Amino acid sequence: MKKLFSRKTSAQPANNFDSATRGLLSPMEMRSKPAKLAYWLIFAILLASTFTCIFPVYWMYTGGLKTPIGLLQFPPELFPKIPLWENYLRSWNDLNFPLYFGNTLGLAFGSWVLQILISTTAAYSLSKLKPVFGNVILFMFLATLMVPSMAYFIPQYLTIVKVPLINLAGIPAWLYKWLPGGLAFNVLPDGSVTLLDSWWGVWLPQAASAFNIFVMKSFFDEIPQDLIDAARMDGASSIQVLTKIILPLSGPVLAVITIFTVIGSWKDFFWPYLVLMGREDLTPIMVALFRLTNVQSYPQPLNIVMAGLAIASTPPIILFLIFQKQIMRGIVLTGLKG
Amino acid sequence: MGLPMNTDTTQPTASKTLLHWFYSAKNNLIAYLFLLPALLIFSFFSWYPIIRGLILSFQKVNLIDPPVWNGIQNFRLLFLDPSLAVAWKNAAYYTFLGLLIGYFVPLILAVLINDVQHGKSFFRLAFYLPVILPPMATLILWKMGLYNSDWGLLNMGLKSLGLERILWLDSKQWAMPSLVIFSTWANAGGTVLIYLAALQGVPAHLYDAAEIDGANLWQRFLNITLPQIRGVMLIMFVLQIIGTMQVFTEPFVMTGGGPANATLTIIMLIYRQAFSYGNYGVASALGFLLFVVLVLFSGLYLWLTRKFAQ
Repeated sequence: MKKLFSRKTSAQPANNFDSATRGLLSPMEMRSKPAKLAYWLIFAILLASTFTCIFPVYWMYTGGLKTPIGLLQFPPELFPKIPLWENYLRSWNDLNFPLYFGNTLGLAFGSWVLQILISTTAAYSLSKLKPVFGNVILFMFLATLMVPSMAYFIPQYLTIVKVPLINLAGIPAWLYKWLPGGLAFNVLPDGSVTLLDSWWGVWLPQAASAFNIFVMKSFFDEIPQDLIDAARMDGASSIQVLTKIILPLSGPVLAVITIFTVIGSWKDFFWPYLVLMGREDLTPIMVALFRLTNVQSYPQPLNIVMAGLAIASTPPIILFLIFQKQIMRGIVLTGLKG
Repeated sequence: MGLPMNTDTTQPTASKTLLHWFYSAKNNLIAYLFLLPALLIFSFFSWYPIIRGLILSFQKVNLIDPPVWNGIQNFRLLFLDPSLAVAWKNAAYYTFLGLLIGYFVPLILAVLINDVQHGKSFFRLAFYLPVILPPMATLILWKMGLYNSDWGLLNMGLKSLGLERILWLDSKQWAMPSLVIFSTWANAGGTVLIYLAALQGVPAHLYDAAEIDGANLWQRFLNITLPQIRGVMLIMFVLQIIGTMQVFTEPFVMTGGGPANATLTIIMLIYRQAFSYGNYGVASALGFLLFVVLVLFSGLYLWLTRKFAQ
């Protein structure tokens, strides 16, 4: 019995779900020979699957240390005898990583600012200020989750090509012409705005995230109304309630949204690719990597490419290892909720 | 209770009602001011494009001339194009292969992981690693490093075993299975986590009872594990169909829809109609068709999640 108990406790930290802690095999059974055999068979299958799962990634990281010929030898060298660390440096410079890293950071930062701004204000209003037709608006936000984004990327693209309703014909150009780099946008001859080849074209559509509003609102709903009423009695305005009471209490949810936004921006490819087609110098890292598949225009030796892929893969791994708990919880939540 | 409630319960007089009305109007105004950024962003970049997608389906659109109504012409062009049938057939094939290869892998892995006592979190993390990596990096890794027909790692391995090489991405019959194998590798880890969470919810006493009754491992799996997690399994089934119908980046990066349209998916066709042929109307019409099909599946998904949410 003691053995069984110790098993249970040792299994618990690994899965922070507070339910059953046995699988098909029971700890008691594990004492019999056939069950032990079955257990170690399971273990061996898992180890083999883990190996196939991880090996390509390991091969990518070590591939960046090999010569182009050493890279393609079979069976692959587990670790090169003479590791060429300078490949990583060469890849960093030749693939122009500083520029594309900077672009990705710029895109991620802008997305983050806009998403936090828009989802907190909207969620605060819907959760605490409760305007008339608030439920209708919440429903309209959530309805967009039902429409798969890939089904309407064409009209979305056309909206970026020429933003409807906005016309800057009467507005002096010096008001916006000074905007640098990705912040700049173009004005067509008739005064209408195009967000093509501008980071705004990536930021603004991403900011329309019903999921963020939903998560944020669910969190705000849990903050007791008494707290807000008390602040109101002391004469706090709506904006003060948001900044002085709600936001300081919202650390966990802000953290989750921040992590997801940053990792999302890091991995994002298709939309930045479409929007920034004409401005190679503004594209994020993933679009730059995609160009490498066009071997004729961007010829690079395979070991340098592998080093580049490894460099681009490292930040998400680090972020994941740091924020593992939050991310895992988010996955299970979003996976089941859509 | 909030402050406005207290004023409500007092006897309403004319001036008080007016005051109350004024307060509520002011509160609503402030609430809508806070909603304004979201309303603007959603109007421009979400609601309007969704509706416009429907409108564009019935218009002739290019980037130069203003759009003109042309009835069901787009849908006619769409159905006259033989690649539409190819794209749907490919989507169905991809879904079928995905279910055949990809559907059971995470389930089996999760059941196995749930049964080991050593290194549970290591296994979870290991299978999750490909999900953490940026898809573009893993796509290029597989395309250039593993699948390359001449010097890719897989064919080098086959060669060293004395076997015939396989034209992974360069042959009609292998291109689609190659994409599915890749996406199984890339995505299984996320599903494993969801199954693991579901398996944690299976009450231990059910297994204990079955064990006392002398059920062997396979019988326990069949009669307890499967029925207990069938809700999650169904949901994952529908989610996978919804996901595979929208597959784009994999064929776009790995094969470009080729060889000979063998991996042309629906979104690839939308992309091609819009950005290669400039037929934004036809592309939107196809997007609309896809939307209708997916909404049916999403409805099914919602119904299932409701039904199985305990």
